[in-house]
Amino acid sequence: MPLSALTGTKLRDRRMAAGLRQADVAARAGISASYLNLIEHNRRKVTPEVIERLADALQIDRAALSEGREAALVEDLRAAAARGGADAEVDRVEDLVDRYPGWAALIAALDARGRSLERAVEALNDRMTHDPHLSQSLHELLSSLSAVRATAAILAETPDLEPEWALRFHRNLHQDSERLAAGAEALVGFLDAGQGIEEQGIAAPQEEVEDWLRGRGWVLTDAELAAGLETEIAGLASAAARSLARSHVARAQADAALLPETVFLAALAEVGPDPLALADRFALSPLVVMRRLAGTAGLAAGMVICDGSGTLTFRKSATGFPMPRFGSACPLWPLYRALGHPRQPCDARVQMAGQSDRRHRVIAWAETRHPQGLRGPELRESAMLILPDDGAGPVLMVGSSCRVCARGDCPARREPSILSAEGAG
Amino acid sequence: MAQHVLLIEDEPNIAEAIRFLLTRAGLRVSHAPEGLAALALLRQDPPDLVILDHMLPGMSGLEILTALRADPASQNLPVMMLTARGRDREMAEQAGADRFMTKPFSNAEILAEVRAMLGQPRRAG
Repeated sequence: MPLSALTGTKLRDRRMAAGLRQADVAARAGISASYLNLIEHNRRKVTPEVIERLADALQIDRAALSEGREAALVEDLRAAAARGGADAEVDRVEDLVDRYPGWAALIAALDARGRSLERAVEALNDRMTHDPHLSQSLHELLSSLSAVRATAAILAETPDLEPEWALRFHRNLHQDSERLAAGAEALVGFLDAGQGIEEQGIAAPQEEVEDWLRGRGWVLTDAELAAGLETEIAGLASAAARSLARSHVARAQADAALLPETVFLAALAEVGPDPLALADRFALSPLVVMRRLAGTAGLAAGMVICDGSGTLTFRKSATGFPMPRFGSACPLWPLYRALGHPRQPCDARVQMAGQSDRRHRVIAWAETRHPQGLRGPELRESAMLILPDDGAGPVLMVGSSCRVCARGDCPARREPSILSAEGAG
Repeated sequence: MAQHVLLIEDEPNIAEAIRFLLTRAGLRVSHAPEGLAALALLRQDPPDLVILDHMLPGMSGLEILTALRADPASQNLPVMMLTARGRDREMAEQAGADRFMTKPFSNAEILAEVRAMLGQPRRAG
């Protein structure tokens, strides 16, 4: 169980609440009082064994000291600091979450809101600048207005205007004012189209779909897939998200047809979560099996999928394995190694920076596709399954993304981290 | 002899108004509604000044301007561009336009600019 810096603060709070002296608790736990003092001030990391003894000494549940659902909040706050909080005390973020959970959640929510508004402004700006319809409408308006202005000035300012010219210019004026009215009407109609912000593709569609799937515990049962999920999908805000969700469901339906739930679960119970063994048994692509594993309720498996550019196209995070919301992930993820070596499994034990000694077992597999045949482009897709792990063996140190990774001696670092460096491991 | 202005503008009513205005001011005005006709007229009857609309069907105002500056016969010809959008101006400036009029312009402005441009010496080199 991971123990973060705030464990010390919690220990101290619990000890004070129980009215116990540092020296007494330290003696009961069999450590020195000065060591406990350092622990309580978050100056020393403690081994799970010492934590166990301290928890016993305080007669509290060890789980109460471990980092729980705050982990996501800590990640969000770190990401917020990475985006522009040069003065934020990033090394104290756990302290903040621990002491002021409400304020911490508010900061994270404001950051998320800020990003969504930035996206909205960018999208609106793009629209103003590049929308051909808007630009055409404005041109039309300005052209007819120019003609009206020039013609009206001639009529008003030429004292001896010949009657035939006057007649002509009056006719032009009439024509142009009609055009002006039609142009203005079209423009107002266009601006009044009443599209919501989501409809204009301003919310991030991938996040919307992931939120929807998270709300369902990432599970789409075969019965639900057979019945269709159109009602739920129709409830998503943006057309782009609805289209992404539909592709996701269509793929899940195809997977379910290839590998029905009952057959799959029986084989899983027998073989365990080994995508290659399961794929071999059913003569299917390991990618199908991996997607089924990621959608299995009891497995707590995370999964990421990326395309040939390395862009993450699907993210189901696992406990203690935070994933970047934006931009690129850690280049050391076996996901990317597999991307470069299609059809060769990459199996590794990994430890995520900043997640204490929690480990994961990851299995990555990539394939190529040629949807337009021999002469068409080659598409790659790589998937990585993330399983909880407590086995032994060599461990690969990885991060989430460089900005929020504290790994001090990383050979793959792209940019400096906002966190103070820690040694390897 | 009256100075000659070539007006390249696809909006007939704007063209008619400018033509009337400049003719009244004692200038000779010829008019082309699009690029190819304009380049032909330029060769047949070289003008002293070109008024060029930015948005034209077929060849754009910028393309006409580039063609005009590439030809030694017209590389120093004064050109006034009629633009609707502010940001087109930078591109037009780079392509070699001398003056700009932003739509909707006033007749007095156009007239004053045309007079100033015709009164000024031709661009050197």
